[in-house]
Amino acid sequence: MKPFVFVEQLRKMYPGARAEGPLCVFDGVSFTIDKGEFVCLIGHSGCGKSTILNIVAGLDAATSGRVIVDATEVRGPSLDRGVVFQGHALLPWLSARKNVAFAVRSRWPRWTEEQVARHAQKYLDMVHLTGSEQKKPAELSGGMKQRVGIARAFAIQPKMLLLDEPFGALDALTRGVIQDELLQICAATRQTVLMITHDVDEAILLADRILLMSNGPRAGIAEVVENLLPRGRTRQTIHRDPHYYPLRNHLLDFLVTRSKRYRNGAGSEAPRTTAHEPAQEAAQ
Amino acid sequence: MTSSLRFRAAIVSIALFLAFVGIWHIATRGTGTVAAMTPEYAKLMGLTATQGKSAMPGPLDVGAKLWEHLRRPFYDNGPNDKGLGIQLGYSIARVGLGYFLAVLVAIPFGFLIGMSPLINRALDPFIQILKPISPLAWMPLALYTIKDSSVSSVFVISICSLWPMLLNTAHGVGSVKREWLDVARTLEVSPVRKALHVVLPAAAPTILTGMRISMGIAWLVIVAAEMLVGGTGIGYFVWNEWNNLSLANVIFALLVIGLMGMLLDLGFASLGKLVAYQE
Repeated sequence: MKPFVFVEQLRKMYPGARAEGPLCVFDGVSFTIDKGEFVCLIGHSGCGKSTILNIVAGLDAATSGRVIVDATEVRGPSLDRGVVFQGHALLPWLSARKNVAFAVRSRWPRWTEEQVARHAQKYLDMVHLTGSEQKKPAELSGGMKQRVGIARAFAIQPKMLLLDEPFGALDALTRGVIQDELLQICAATRQTVLMITHDVDEAILLADRILLMSNGPRAGIAEVVENLLPRGRTRQTIHRDPHYYPLRNHLLDFLVTRSKRYRNGAGSEAPRTTAHEPAQEAAQ
Repeated sequence: MTSSLRFRAAIVSIALFLAFVGIWHIATRGTGTVAAMTPEYAKLMGLTATQGKSAMPGPLDVGAKLWEHLRRPFYDNGPNDKGLGIQLGYSIARVGLGYFLAVLVAIPFGFLIGMSPLINRALDPFIQILKPISPLAWMPLALYTIKDSSVSSVFVISICSLWPMLLNTAHGVGSVKREWLDVARTLEVSPVRKALHVVLPAAAPTILTGMRISMGIAWLVIVAAEMLVGGTGIGYFVWNEWNNLSLANVIFALLVIGLMGMLLDLGFASLGKLVAYQE
């Protein structure tokens, strides 16, 4: 099967101070995502992972390289790619339902008020916000706000979903609950997802494939780790899987030590793909 | 607790008011010396000379005037003798018209300046130079070009209420959160819908603050403008009563100007609450 998303040789330069010349944030970033696949991008802050997501969303432009989604090159933002923002980005003067309805109305401008309201309600129910539809974002807890953000992104039925550290600002308990919900929704809708995170456990729970980014400047994708834990993972049982801790250690080792090693040379090397074998890990 | 605080504050307010009126009354009791004069001569002199009454009206005099005006607010005995209601009506109409014209200019231009960094930079020197000009300084030019004193005062109101609204609109529009605009972009919202449904509600509290400041300034300026152009209006009334040496009327007019300004401000404050949002 041909991949659904192609990201090819992305590079981002920022004009730096005159003496130092332009700053290269990342270089040679290439990866693909299959239809229905959940991919996580992990890296330290400053490696440009949010920028990569914004480029795929069409909100930011790469200095060079290109992104192709569903056989069309990305030239700007589109309703085909739903985005869940880091800081929920709800419009504070609208109620939860109106925030979702605003997106629904953008997608289907010809729908009647009633159709829009019904569709918005369906997605609010999906994220378990029934009863809180009329509340303004300021009256909702952090977790509920992010749920509205997720409902808004799903409600436009995009071809793929982009999540930028959606649970970063939430406490651990709330995060777990919403992760479970997201997992269920994604499994039900077979949504193609690219998600940014710096939480290793979150990546193992949610992702089919995990892209590890080296540290900036000139960051790049250093390793691609296939998550061999079978789909249908749940938060309650995942840590009992014999593959869980080796995979977790592998990812943590990368973040703690190996991510530095690739510095200043990432672009030239092809990322190492690890179809993660627990036996191999144990032998090390 | 809050209601008791409000109650206690009201008591202090009333006490302060009574103290003020009391001191005012004592201070204007009249201690002047009364000169001996023939009854014919005394008829020509005021009460100040004949009975030692203070020239500054006391609270009772002003109270009597207040009652007089409240009884007949809308009488019209010719150009120099109109009820205070009519004079106030003229002032409100001028402020309303001038302010409305300023809104028509300030809000669209504010949007333009806030949305376009190019226009912002290009217009900035003009705004910086025009803004500090006292609105009354425009009066000669206005009188010469418009050739109508009443319309000139409307123009002066317009120009003085323009700047706070223009700058606040530009600032509000220019500082709409990037993430809200990004939401609109990812939803492929049309520019008009974005302006009306994202930028306008986001900037509305800032715009309304500008409108409130503008209204305050317009109400300050109308009194001075009407003193200059004359004819009608609360400002003219003040000047006319000064010429009549009726200080009781002047004091009463000051009270009315203050009350009206407060009402206008309260109106804008409640409008501001309507569009306010909490992040």
